[in-house]
Amino acid sequence: MVRKVKADPKGVLEGPHFMDGDHALAEGALAAGCRFFAGYPITPSTETAERFAERCPEVGGLFIQMEDEIASVTALIGGAWGGQKVMTVTSGPGMSLMLENIGLACMTETPMVIANVQRGGPSTGLPTLTAQQDMMQARWGSHGDYRVIALAPDSPQECFDLAIEAFNLAETYRVPVLIMTDETVGHMHEKVVIPPASEIEVVERNWYTGPKDQYKPFKFGAENYMPGPMVKIGDGYRFHITGLVHDERGYPQASVEAGKINITHLIEKIDSNRDKIVRFEADQLDGAEVVVVSYGITSRIAIKAVMDARKEGIKTGNFRMITCWPFPEKQIREIASKVKAIVVPEINYGQMVLEVERMAAGKCKVISVNSTGGAVHDPNEILAAIKEGRS
Amino acid sequence: MNVNANANFAQDNPMSQFLRMERMPHIWCPGCGIGTVVTAFAEAVKKSGLDLDKIAIVSGIGCTGRTAGYVKLDSFHSTHGRAIPLATGLKLANPEMKVVVFSGDGDLTSIGGNHFIHAARRNMDITVVCVNNFTYGMTGGQMTPTTPHTANASTTPYGNYEYPFSLPFLADACGATYIARWTSLHARQISGSIKEALNHKGFSFVEVIAPCTTLYQRRNRLGDGLDALEYYQNDAEIAHGLDTRQVDIDYQGKIKVGKFVEKQKPTYLDNVNQHYAQVIGDEYELYGKTTPEKEAEAKAKAESAAKGAV
Ligand SMILES: Cc1ncc(C[n+]2csc(CCOP(=O)(O)OP(=O)(O)O)c2C)c(N)n1
Ligand code: SF4
Ligand SMILES: [Mg+2]
Repeated sequence: MVRKVKADPKGVLEGPHFMDGDHALAEGALAAGCRFFAGYPITPSTETAERFAERCPEVGGLFIQMEDEIASVTALIGGAWGGQKVMTVTSGPGMSLMLENIGLACMTETPMVIANVQRGGPSTGLPTLTAQQDMMQARWGSHGDYRVIALAPDSPQECFDLAIEAFNLAETYRVPVLIMTDETVGHMHEKVVIPPASEIEVVERNWYTGPKDQYKPFKFGAENYMPGPMVKIGDGYRFHITGLVHDERGYPQASVEAGKINITHLIEKIDSNRDKIVRFEADQLDGAEVVVVSYGITSRIAIKAVMDARKEGIKTGNFRMITCWPFPEKQIREIASKVKAIVVPEINYGQMVLEVERMAAGKCKVISVNSTGGAVHDPNEILAAIKEGRS
Repeated sequence: MNVNANANFAQDNPMSQFLRMERMPHIWCPGCGIGTVVTAFAEAVKKSGLDLDKIAIVSGIGCTGRTAGYVKLDSFHSTHGRAIPLATGLKLANPEMKVVVFSGDGDLTSIGGNHFIHAARRNMDITVVCVNNFTYGMTGGQMTPTTPHTANASTTPYGNYEYPFSLPFLADACGATYIARWTSLHARQISGSIKEALNHKGFSFVEVIAPCTTLYQRRNRLGDGLDALEYYQNDAEIAHGLDTRQVDIDYQGKIKVGKFVEKQKPTYLDNVNQHYAQVIGDEYELYGKTTPEKEAEAKAKAESAAKGAV
């Protein structure tokens, strides 16, 4: 059951601000009711942690700098079952360290928000320069079959807005939600308008209210595989959760059958609700010859190329993914059936384009405008691809 | 690791209200020392007078790590090595809870070693119980950071050439404020120490030397569980207050046991609140409402309950 309430005014720094994306992430989290942050410093994400540390004593929250990112994300699992809305933020190397326990969060259906302010990789890579190279890691990085939700903001304002959305999705689907932003958006200062608390809707945790002895931490196979309610420690439920395949009581069950029920649930609770989760912006798709599909900071470069192409008389559509995972399969499939080409610029060597190709399934050309990271595109590279697509 | 179909531990256990009986039989081998520690833990909880609803247990992965699944408390079976950060999250999100970590030597001091030292450094108010069987039981008897020099393990088939950790010394050096060690022979003392640890404010650590009969004992030709107890009987020496620099364990050598450290120091959350109250002033609202008054109230309640429970 999804219960929406107005935000707690205590965490809402109402008014217009001039702030960077990293700070906006922290403000969005606070507005969403997050009061527990565990993190470890890493460029270019550190400012979010610093902002949280500064704001915590004012809003009755707790910030802890953990010994590493493994500890940070694992502490979130404890924090969430301790009753809090929880968040951490990191970048490439830290994200790699978090993966095993993101899997534990998925398995235990623990709501949390993790922002990855992407920088160039692999390894230590380009710590201060932008990238979108962790998009597939976000989806597949932890071992085993699972699903997460990933959002990609394109501005500091959207960092704020999507942080709230991320918490709402995390609570609704009891799943880790990743905010896949990047160094450029993270460090870019722009106007961020924080609305009054009365205009911010936040999803409350779905607290269990039935008889104590009948509580089960998991509910498999409900309508649309929606997850069951949660409790917190200390309320007398004496519940158990584990990273092992388990039944609805949370008890380990080492059988093929139990695995089928458990894993199907984890996957279907996202896949079956894809239409409700997926958000995007689309412009002039009707009659388009070419559509540019992008996300995050790249969208802001792509739009320049789209405008230039239109000026040159090329019917060009624009599709900005706000949700990257689950992938907007239906929308891309539909575009592919109508256009000559889809152009996919990304600050990586070609990641989300693989999904676009999978959806296009040969129905149209798919042109990747990729890069090895470190800088946003020159719009002319995207324009050239649009022209190539039309020809 | 065998399935113990007899499951005597479950049926005969006077602490059955602490166990998820529906999960029996447990997975532990006959003669394994883990069960003794779990029973002592249950005893300690009972004697402590604490409200069972206000105790959470967290384990990592391993034979010992299965404990969380069998104990009828709010319980978390986490990933290998990560019990302490999960416990830290629980404690900080809900400071009224007693949070206990119950895990093996490999889990806590190899893969989880970084978390162990930092939780001790912060004087995080949690209790850590380590069943130290000198080996990775769950994965088949490999060397751990506590395997004594020269002991045989499946990954040191010619004998261990590494230096082991002395866990009380490690905990002490990192800032733990309660440290005790026993062997699985000392059931009563284990439960006494765990009880003290539960009521101690700050990072408390109880190490229990216990046999892994199937792997460590067998591989080193040390006999069965009874032989292990005989070794403890002969070579464990009670030495309360002993300097933790003197509690190393040599292969089949003397085992110093007892309460080595007990001191008071503000916990992590005490420091959060005291520091903010000082620098921010009256506007600061204490986090987790751990006011001295509330603490005293909870303590008095626990003490009076404990009197009734003997
Ligand atoms: C990341 C990771 N690495 C390795 C393992 C395999 N593993 C499971 S239990 C274990 C060792 C447990 O040893 P210990 O903590 O001493 O517990 P015991 O079984 O002896 O009680 C290992 C290495 C794992 N589960 N996860
Ligand atoms: S620690 Fe050793 S004896 Fe105990 S259950 Fe594991 S393998 Fe068996
Ligand atoms: Mg062990």
